[in-house]
Amino acid sequence: MMRFFLTLISAATLALPVVAQERSGPLRIEITEGVIEPVPIAVAPFIAENAAAAQFASQLTQVVADDLSGTGLFRNIPQSAYISQVAGFDAEVAYADWKAINAEALIVGAVTLSSDNRLLVKFRLFDIFTGAPLGEGLQFAGDTASWRRVAHKVADQVYARITGEDGFFDSRVVYVETTGPKDARQRRLAIMDYDGANVQYLSDASSIVLAPRFSPTGDRVLFTSYETGFPQIYEIAVGAASKRALGLDTDTMTFAPRYAPDGRRVVYSEAKGGNTDLYLLDPNSGQRTRLTSAPSIETAPSFSPDGNQIVFESDRSGNQQLYVMSTGGGEPKRISFGQGRYGTPVWSPRGDFIAFTKQNAGRFHIGVMRNDGSGERLLTASFLDEGPTWAPNGRVLMFTRESAGSDGQPALFSVDVSGRNLKRVATGTAASDPAWSPLLP
Amino acid sequence: MTIFKTGFLLVALALGACTNADRFGGGGADGSFTGANGGIGSASDPSSPAFFNASIGDRVLFDVDQSTINPISASTLDGQADWLLRNVEFTALIEGHADEQGTQAYNLALGARRASAVQNYLISKGVAPGRLKTISYGKERPIEICSDEACYSQNRRSVTVLTAGAGL
Repeated sequence: MMRFFLTLISAATLALPVVAQERSGPLRIEITEGVIEPVPIAVAPFIAENAAAAQFASQLTQVVADDLSGTGLFRNIPQSAYISQVAGFDAEVAYADWKAINAEALIVGAVTLSSDNRLLVKFRLFDIFTGAPLGEGLQFAGDTASWRRVAHKVADQVYARITGEDGFFDSRVVYVETTGPKDARQRRLAIMDYDGANVQYLSDASSIVLAPRFSPTGDRVLFTSYETGFPQIYEIAVGAASKRALGLDTDTMTFAPRYAPDGRRVVYSEAKGGNTDLYLLDPNSGQRTRLTSAPSIETAPSFSPDGNQIVFESDRSGNQQLYVMSTGGGEPKRISFGQGRYGTPVWSPRGDFIAFTKQNAGRFHIGVMRNDGSGERLLTASFLDEGPTWAPNGRVLMFTRESAGSDGQPALFSVDVSGRNLKRVATGTAASDPAWSPLLP
Repeated sequence: MTIFKTGFLLVALALGACTNADRFGGGGADGSFTGANGGIGSASDPSSPAFFNASIGDRVLFDVDQSTINPISASTLDGQADWLLRNVEFTALIEGHADEQGTQAYNLALGARRASAVQNYLISKGVAPGRLKTISYGKERPIEICSDEACYSQNRRSVTVLTAGAGL
């Protein structure tokens, strides 16, 4: 695992406010309310502090700008509109020139490539309207192979300072790459950066693979594979060649696994005699605890962030609805009561919402509700939207959207928890079953 | 996936000469359930898998979100049970499938219910439980690919896939 070193840069020139303030305080975007008009910002071309760093400087600038504008919260002002250029990392900021082009924030960066092939990237963020730096300057160091991660870390810092929320750009997504028509689909486990870059495969396409899930530390993945002929759950270490079956009976169907927040237990579904129930497994000891014993379908379990509760779907009422139960057992409590069917619940890492798939009147929706089922909001609608996964900051959801018809293909989409900024994630092929990693260390 | 497509065409056209050892149809296990060698045989031979697939019917269909064996299915399954009782050298893997109108894990569970309903029916007609296994493919292996009821109704199915010998 790549390590990054983060260094504070002492605030050099503390420029005085040179323009009249139109805001009362520093730049701040409230994400939960969504933004109608993205905030214009200037991501000045990062300065190459030596010739070897020139290409990295340009690429880093682009990724930082793409990360920020990709949220829908920011709009990058094109460099052609700039009145003044950033002469150097420590140069005084010409606030009036940036204000004249309506920039609300300015990002200044500099890149050095050391002789041992390491990148040193430093940046500063300036609030144009208050005419002051927004936080301290920071420096990141990383090897050249992980230059995109360095860019994501810079963008995460900018995002965090302006929104007051943790960022999510330095994260990965495990998903299923799909090729071929509906009736002859091939599936392959893959991992990519959150923005679709750096695709890496965890399996070949010889077996059906379903619903991969990251461990809480992002170094392992649970998934379901038909490798033995029967769907069974496996664990694989990211970057490792071999996986391990989680010690379950041959010829017994197990699926829908998910880690507990402590990473030491796995909740999953097992079908026996046509009846699907929930089980808790300690992968190290092999000890299994049955959590539900009902003739109905109990599946798609997900832990609360504190590990004390599990939300899942069950058709015990006659059709698919969401229930919450204590991890220690006990009677589940139904939380979904709207029209239609509810499935694939997943608890936000912040613990404030449960995201789900809803089917109603022939349409599929991704939605969120509070933990007690109140405040339901539908964020999307289409022929088939399914399987939301939370960004590590709990503010963005990614999901599978499949198009209708004989040529139908799945693709990954993301949407803000506010319902804004719905967009397709740039995967090279058709893709499904996304699961977001935690923020990388 | 070649395996799957081949299997599907054989079933749909009810032709002889299976090219794939003794997988006699079905929805596409990833080549795992192959036992002793043997052809599908001739559809005119009542003891052949070809006859089973074409004349008795290797599949039954289900209503939306249901696993109930309806009278048409019961008639097909009576034929399957009768055939299995007369051809004891065969075992069967019962696949349960769902259409695409549903979420992945739920459809896996629903397919398991459907396969189990067929298994229980065959057992109730005298087929030894040890000759029958079940698996669910959920919505992952449709045979018809349009997005309307004409296709969905064909995809909500169970398929009884024969294997020669004690292949289970």
